[in-house]
Amino acid sequence: MSIVSLFLIVCLGILIFIAYFHISNFILDHFVNNKSKKFSHETSIRAVIFIAPAFIVLFIFILYPVFETVRLSFYDKFGRDFVGLYNYIWAFKDPEFRRGILNNLGWLLVVPTLSTFFGLVIAKLADKIWWGTFAKSIIFMPMAISFVGAGVIWKFIYEYRGPGDVQIGLLNAIIVFFGFEPQAWITIPIWNNLFLMAIMIWIQTGLALVIFSAALRGIPKEMLEAARIDGASEFRIFFSIIIPYLEQTILVIWTIITILVLKIFDIIFAMTNGEWQTEVLANLMYDWMFRGGGDSGRGSVLAIVIMLGVIPIMIWNIHKHREEQKI
Amino acid sequence: MIKKINFSSLLSQLLLLFFVIIWITPTFGLFISSLRDKDLLAISGWWTSLTTTHVNEIYRMSGKEEQIEENGYFIIKGNFFNNVEGKKIQSFGISSKRINQFKIGETGIFKDKSEVNIFENGDYIWKSLNKFEKKKGKRIFTTSLSPPKFTFDNYKEVLFKEGIGQAFINTLAVAIPSTLIPLIICSFFAYALSWMQFFGRDTLLAIVIASLVVPLQMSLIPILTIYNDIGALFGVAAKSYPGVWMAHTGFGLASTTFLLRNFIKSLPNEMMEAARVDGATHYDIFLRIILPLSIPAFASIFILQFLWVWNDLLVGLVFLDQVPSEIILTAKLKELLGSRGENWEILTTGAFVSMTVPLLIFFLLQRYFIRGLVAGSVKG
Repeated sequence: MSIVSLFLIVCLGILIFIAYFHISNFILDHFVNNKSKKFSHETSIRAVIFIAPAFIVLFIFILYPVFETVRLSFYDKFGRDFVGLYNYIWAFKDPEFRRGILNNLGWLLVVPTLSTFFGLVIAKLADKIWWGTFAKSIIFMPMAISFVGAGVIWKFIYEYRGPGDVQIGLLNAIIVFFGFEPQAWITIPIWNNLFLMAIMIWIQTGLALVIFSAALRGIPKEMLEAARIDGASEFRIFFSIIIPYLEQTILVIWTIITILVLKIFDIIFAMTNGEWQTEVLANLMYDWMFRGGGDSGRGSVLAIVIMLGVIPIMIWNIHKHREEQKI
Repeated sequence: MIKKINFSSLLSQLLLLFFVIIWITPTFGLFISSLRDKDLLAISGWWTSLTTTHVNEIYRMSGKEEQIEENGYFIIKGNFFNNVEGKKIQSFGISSKRINQFKIGETGIFKDKSEVNIFENGDYIWKSLNKFEKKKGKRIFTTSLSPPKFTFDNYKEVLFKEGIGQAFINTLAVAIPSTLIPLIICSFFAYALSWMQFFGRDTLLAIVIASLVVPLQMSLIPILTIYNDIGALFGVAAKSYPGVWMAHTGFGLASTTFLLRNFIKSLPNEMMEAARVDGATHYDIFLRIILPLSIPAFASIFILQFLWVWNDLLVGLVFLDQVPSEIILTAKLKELLGSRGENWEILTTGAFVSMTVPLLIFFLLQRYFIRGLVAGSVKG
């Protein structure tokens, strides 16, 4: 496809939606004006015009698929014959699946914890320093980069050459400099998971950092002043005042990163494709969707297991929203 | 007392500096590497890129066609480096077992009694009493010192030969509609959820909030099936640009709506009331009041969604064909990781090209980016 035709398609695609809103509202206005009496259904029709496109998209791409995926999980690989719990039983007997669950749990423990921790510490450190803004933007920068791009960056850091050769990977160069043997980091089972998690922590710390920075500014100065006058050390202030004050923020950041980590796919897919015991659920699901013509039953089971992880967060979100509405 | 404060401030500055260095080093290394000569990149770490590097190479001398006769000797002359300047040969060898056998100035003697002299600048003189008979010359192993060398060649190679340039355009063609379409339809949706009265409004909002966290993995298989059915029914490709736009629209819809709704809801009610009293329709209000006031919010949400789509791999992988005219940057990069895993000049440069747009947005519009993230997190 040439650039020109691509450009035209892009413009057309966007214009269709603008045209829809403009034309439908124009017709409605015209209709209303022609009636001498006030047209009583105007508001409801306008509401339908406003809501319809978004709702249709929401229905087709989120609501229907949720039920369809649940249905497919009880069917065979082609989605034709009902097989009951067969796919679920398969999953819990499958060693790769169990590996994926274990690894996902590891990711869930390590990544949100360390990202939140680093984010908070760096936000506090940068808070009062004249070059703090600069430092914050450096640490925040990986947030703008794709997981695959980050994968390339870190694969280069972890690059391995034989013991006799010059190491071009930074980590091995450091290790060799201190007199140790170079290691093929990504291929050492169990530990390699930590090296992959480091990438995600490197990215997500920035998110925690900016949110904490905003929240830190909300802490009443008088409270900190009072503590200082009473002779509390900065360390004590950090743990006894700042952390309790930021409890809600910590919880929010934790859940955002948790949701991201549950779905973690790109990093594993690009770096190891699940080899050397680094398999995670989302990668396993992608595998089952496309391996050997695809298996929609098993793929669906894996999607549902990921979904189960976010359901508590979903309920908590809705509950929180209801509370806010009451106020 | 004063001394103690200074000490702790210094300590926290040092600690912060330590974090900054750790965080910037990986990206910095990638950037430097993408600008290095590919032969040097393959044999030395990027942190040595400002120093000279020892390079071991193999060259082949010219064959019988180049020979001239002089003073009873048959001589073949030439230069290994083909006018590439700066490299200096230190030692050489005539067999792979001893590649550093001779220093510059010494004479290498082959089994057939022919002699070779090598010069620092890459010149060689190969002479023999007998006529050279072979089409190909003999191999010479050299060890030379190479000065630092930076080049844009990697970028030319990656953009035009490896297909990253095309993938860049494809990614733009995916990302722009995938950002604008949700922004358009969600702004109307968010307005309706905030300022219009209709049956089931609260339920609809609850559905949107629930959808915020539904992993997109739940949607992949059913949507792919729908696309395949549509493709088969109308005889069109199941995977296409419009398909991927709508998928991104669907997956970004809940968060875009939620953020916009929070913003639009916070606008003062009196303005809307006054306009209603003057007989303005909801569409008028939307165009004349909401839209102008929402520009900063739009900017934040645009950036968030644009970066999300630009950096996405999974959706582009599932809903586009992996052919040159459709493949997106992240998928292309993943492909190169597999096929050119040892060619670091291609990987580092490709990765950096894929990062240019996000980094540009990041440095120019950081304020809006951060504002969007913070707004999204405070409630979501």
